[in-house]
Amino acid sequence: MPEQPDAGLVSKVTAVIAKSQRIPAETITLDSTFEELKIDSLDGISIVFELENEFGIGIPDEGVQNLRSVRETVEGISKLLDEKAKAEEASVHAPPAAKDDTA
Amino acid sequence: MNRVAVTGMGLVCALGNNVAQCWPLLAKGESRIRPLADPGAPPYKFRHGAEALAFRPLDYFSEKDLLFLERFAQMAAVAAREAVAQSGISFAGELGNRSGVITGTSVGGQFSEEEGYVRLYRENNPRVAPLTIPRTMSNAGASRISFEFGIHGPCYTVSTACSSSNHSIGQAFWMVRNGQLTAAIAGGSEAVFAEGLLRAWEAMRVVSPEPCKPFSTERRGLSLGEGAGMLVLENWEHAVARGATILGEIIGFGMSSDAHHITQPCVDGPANAMLWALRDAAIEPDAVDYINAHGTGTQTNDITESHAIRAVFGPKAESVPVSSTKSLHGHALGAAGAVEAVATLLALEHGVVPPTANVSTIDPACEIRVVHSEPLAAKLEIALSNTFAFGGLNASLVLRRAERV
Repeated sequence: MPEQPDAGLVSKVTAVIAKSQRIPAETITLDSTFEELKIDSLDGISIVFELENEFGIGIPDEGVQNLRSVRETVEGISKLLDEKAKAEEASVHAPPAAKDDTA
Repeated sequence: MNRVAVTGMGLVCALGNNVAQCWPLLAKGESRIRPLADPGAPPYKFRHGAEALAFRPLDYFSEKDLLFLERFAQMAAVAAREAVAQSGISFAGELGNRSGVITGTSVGGQFSEEEGYVRLYRENNPRVAPLTIPRTMSNAGASRISFEFGIHGPCYTVSTACSSSNHSIGQAFWMVRNGQLTAAIAGGSEAVFAEGLLRAWEAMRVVSPEPCKPFSTERRGLSLGEGAGMLVLENWEHAVARGATILGEIIGFGMSSDAHHITQPCVDGPANAMLWALRDAAIEPDAVDYINAHGTGTQTNDITESHAIRAVFGPKAESVPVSSTKSLHGHALGAAGAVEAVATLLALEHGVVPPTANVSTIDPACEIRVVHSEPLAAKLEIALSNTFAFGGLNASLVLRRAERV
């Protein structure tokens, strides 16, 4: 049994897809493929643009080309959010730069 | 029907400011796709482009003239001057009424438009520059050429994204062939390195993070370029009668619409444009010695174009040399067809196929003979030059080497 993604995240991603594609959110499930939702690669670019805005993340081009379903999208966003959180934590705990560092 | 001679050519792009500067680099396959002079702030996701850095407007125009001319129109006029000078044609008298100017551009004067928006929306200044309209209009280049040379016949601009210039050259070709015009200046120009436009291309996610690699297994998108290409097309008999040097001939033009998708290409549309161009030229695919491909370096274009070439050429697709000169001068969008028509005519004249650059391994799914890395010396008589545009608009030209007298 695969791990179920966070319901709140699924709901947010679904809402972004629905708004971006002008389709009712209730027609979108975690297991919907983009093909079923009639989302092509150009639509995918618009969805990814809105997801970047929503979550404050950058999604690489390679990632966009491989998106085929809502589940893949949620998993990809989840991974990027984890990385973002780790990066933020690292910057908070980073030692302050030495004052005589003139590099 | 009249034969249509090419009696003049002009070229401005990242490779140089004229044909003499550009050809040696084309012939060697030396790419001028380089890191951007201004990488943007924040930096664009892509770092490279083919900027015409040696093009300095004040070398060609007075400061007063430049008030009215944006970069795309400047480049159009400079390329036209070179073509007309080489042709030796004068449009004085009745010939001026029997001649036309047809240019192509995708976006026209983008810089002035963006400057206007900066004033309006960033600086809250409602006073937009008074020359914004004549500077931005897509026909600014065509009009400049018309009044610089006293050409009083049809003068207009075609805007069909990346097919603009093949449409403009094709229409001018037909008008001269049908006898509506005795001569025409035809081609196109584009100046793409304006921030707003670059941000829009960035958002489309089709620009390669490194110099483009058309037909390669490692291709990751296109590289933008700027420039202009112009041809003097002339009624063959008229050219011969005045003793002009004939540089080449246009013999066919075909166009089609995919009627399919706003950005995703299909095989049938491009194949039909090629087929109809060959039919227009009254030749069989076997007669074609070289194909200057649209070859943008995007995943989708290159595979689709390969399939379309196979659909038209059958087994010959494995032997006819194909190259994408976009890997050298970048994708000049609305000017692409014109820049590549000049490159193709030069290839025919010199018997050299300019190689596709930046490529080490051809994608095995692209089952065509891509010339890459090294130029190919060959006896070339007839070439096909393809452009395919967003919106599904395809246009192909058939060009022939000048007859040796």
